[in-house]
Amino acid sequence: MTRTRTLLLWAAVLLPGISTAQMLDPSLLMKPLGEGGWPTYSGDYSGKRYSNLTQLNQSNVKNLTLAWTVRLPAGLDGRGGGRGGFGFGNATPTIVGGEAAESSGAFGGPPNIRASILEVNGVLYLSSPDNAWAVDARDGHILWHYFWKTKGGTHIGNRGLGMWGNWLYMETPDDYLICLDAKTGKERWHKETANFNQQYFSTMAPVVIGNHIITGTGNDLDEPGYVQSRDPETGDVQWTFYTVPMKKGDPGADTWGSIDGARHGAGNVWIPGSYDPETHLYIFGTGNPSPAYTNPPSRNGDNLFTCSIVAINVDTGKMAWYYQVNPHDTHDWDSTEAPILMDGAFNGKPRKMVLHADRNGYFYVLDRLTGEHLLTSKFSDTANWASGVNAKGQPTRILAKDSTVPGSLVSPNNGGATNWQPPSYSPDTGLMYVPTSDVYSMYYLTETDPRGAMGLGGKDEEVLASMGSYLRAIDYKTGKVVWAHRYPGFSGGVGNGMLTTAGKLLFAGDAGGNLVAYDAANGKILWHSRLGQVSNAPETYMLDEHQYVLIAAGDSLFAFRLY
Amino acid sequence: MLRKFRFGFTESVLVLSLAVALHMFAQAPPPAAPQAGARGAGRGRAARPPAFPDRPPADPAALERGKALYGVQCNFCHGSDARGGEGGPNLLRSDIVLNDSNGEKIAPVVQNGRVDAGMPKFDLTMAQISDIAAYIHSFKVGGYDISRMTPPGIVVGNAAAGEKYFAAHCGSCHSATGDLKGIASKLANDKQLQQTWLMPGGGRGRGPINIAPVTVTVTLPAGEKVNGRLIRIDDFIVTLGDADGGQRTFTRNGDTPKVELHDPVAAHRNLLPTYSDKDIHDVTAYLVTLK
Repeated sequence: MTRTRTLLLWAAVLLPGISTAQMLDPSLLMKPLGEGGWPTYSGDYSGKRYSNLTQLNQSNVKNLTLAWTVRLPAGLDGRGGGRGGFGFGNATPTIVGGEAAESSGAFGGPPNIRASILEVNGVLYLSSPDNAWAVDARDGHILWHYFWKTKGGTHIGNRGLGMWGNWLYMETPDDYLICLDAKTGKERWHKETANFNQQYFSTMAPVVIGNHIITGTGNDLDEPGYVQSRDPETGDVQWTFYTVPMKKGDPGADTWGSIDGARHGAGNVWIPGSYDPETHLYIFGTGNPSPAYTNPPSRNGDNLFTCSIVAINVDTGKMAWYYQVNPHDTHDWDSTEAPILMDGAFNGKPRKMVLHADRNGYFYVLDRLTGEHLLTSKFSDTANWASGVNAKGQPTRILAKDSTVPGSLVSPNNGGATNWQPPSYSPDTGLMYVPTSDVYSMYYLTETDPRGAMGLGGKDEEVLASMGSYLRAIDYKTGKVVWAHRYPGFSGGVGNGMLTTAGKLLFAGDAGGNLVAYDAANGKILWHSRLGQVSNAPETYMLDEHQYVLIAAGDSLFAFRLY
Repeated sequence: MLRKFRFGFTESVLVLSLAVALHMFAQAPPPAAPQAGARGAGRGRAARPPAFPDRPPADPAALERGKALYGVQCNFCHGSDARGGEGGPNLLRSDIVLNDSNGEKIAPVVQNGRVDAGMPKFDLTMAQISDIAAYIHSFKVGGYDISRMTPPGIVVGNAAAGEKYFAAHCGSCHSATGDLKGIASKLANDKQLQQTWLMPGGGRGRGPINIAPVTVTVTLPAGEKVNGRLIRIDDFIVTLGDADGGQRTFTRNGDTPKVELHDPVAAHRNLLPTYSDKDIHDVTAYLVTLK
């Protein structure tokens, strides 16, 4: 039975019971972006962040106007942030959960929204570490606020919520998956998804595919990465896929110096993957191997399946194929950046492909049915750590550009040529749009005992200077940068995520705190609004026959439309 | 935690902020101790507690007993720092150790051994294992352990080759007997010297070298030129600071008005893509002689 038919059957079963407006009709998840709100991390499963909406286009975008804005309360009683509305905003209830005996509030403070925001039936659902909100998409008033009292964990960001029917799902820095009632914000249950004592922390947006809730983890202490699927009703584990070999004989075990090394090899998955409904493949990028910067004997080899694009069958959790983009990484360049699934011609033949721009400065095209490598190119002007590209399309690392005691001059810096900020692909232009940064650092080795380093330790990375931050547009057929827009100045600030539309527009947060609309074909600036900062990727959806553009700026949301 | 530092500062402050800001894009947390102050300052509030708390200190007597037992029973295979040794794995990142409180999870492994992995049984009591556990748990668990960040000297280059390189590439602006006289005495250490000559004013290890701010010249359509310190620039505005502490902001529309930035470290920036690591190490070896 096809996935689509399965989902339609569910819809048939579930729809008679719908009485609230909150319910996410599962068939919306299967529609191209623009026809069904913004029900999942990238809007649709493809990761393209290309909306087929055209009400906003090159001729009228200059009239795009603020519809509403809101500052989000955070923490216990909303003390950490804005008051939740201007003027007549009513008091927002904060619903409190959490496993911590008490919360010091030390992890609180104003939220910084780095999440994708769900738009379902006129309600926005969003998150920051320990906080979730529902916001009325018509005027920005807050419907509820949920706060999780944390045990701790790295509070670096939260990539958003997942939704299934009436339920929302959030990961927390102290490794719980929480299920909330979308209508009220009340908690249904929470489940431990990773071991806090092993220093896991969780930032990923859960991805809902059929009756699977897919989660991922983060870790900076050599613990193995994994992707897990859970039941949306009970939270019980359906399957677990480790991204590194866990025992002798596992695939990839011979790419490590020892099984103990592999089991402490990281490869964490902290950005949601994309999904191909035709093949049931969930396709995602894996993080760097660990220890991140050193070469203990336990890491001898390519270190599969770290720094790879991996396709697993969502029903079974079994791997269908993998392609390692960066064998034996030594600079903490995760390959988790969102893979984009698209169809097009390649060398004159129709292909179903994956596009991926990596933190290491290289761009890759793969066949998404088989994982066959099609193309590698360098999009960073300054990346200097590889001597070329091997027969498999993998950059060949220069050993002398690992961290060294007297220092190695390397670009990219640790933050990478690109990072978590979501890219976009427009089928109108055939271009992939990527926020990029060309920075040089000195990488000093501080731990000369090969046994010694753990996690991100063993090095001191000292940034030297930025050679420029760019919005780059890459032609997937050639791998060439067709146009690049350099942000003025020398500050090294990086732009944020991307959105393209059938209105031939490219929206992006620039390095100066502006939301900007460009001509997707050539980068010509058509509209902008200065918000002070842009902290996530722009989104768009139709509401009351108006096309909205939504963006987060730290602790605030801004919604734009035409009047 | 990942707020970007982009504007509202002078450009020189932006350069200072660069290292901090760039570090924050990674999923990885920045180093705890050295950067906590900088982050706190940038965000205008106190630094957060550590993401993963250290264990409370153990009873000193138990720690002493545990250390002695560890030295005799465990040290050979697992290393004096518990990060692995002759055949034994790193204990600090072991899930058994991380999930253990007082030896209760370690004990079955010690008392039964792991024959398939080459670990023999040990005839130790629960009390002894609890003491050993206290000792193992006293090590800091995390990538960044400042006590291990004491690298050997970084000066490995050839000073004579460095002097030659300096004469060829740096001599048009700098002189060992002029502006750089005694430079090695003015900077805290060799790494700071290397970072500073590569990019004065850049990175975290800023020394006592004062770098002029980035300045900007705006040429208005009528031909009037306005000069000042660059405060902020993007595609839509440019803001200049004048000598009196005032600011002027101009709207930008493509190439109008004409805006020219003067980067005081442009020569250093432009050299970055040209260096080999050997060049860098040689020049540093030469400059450390300028006491």
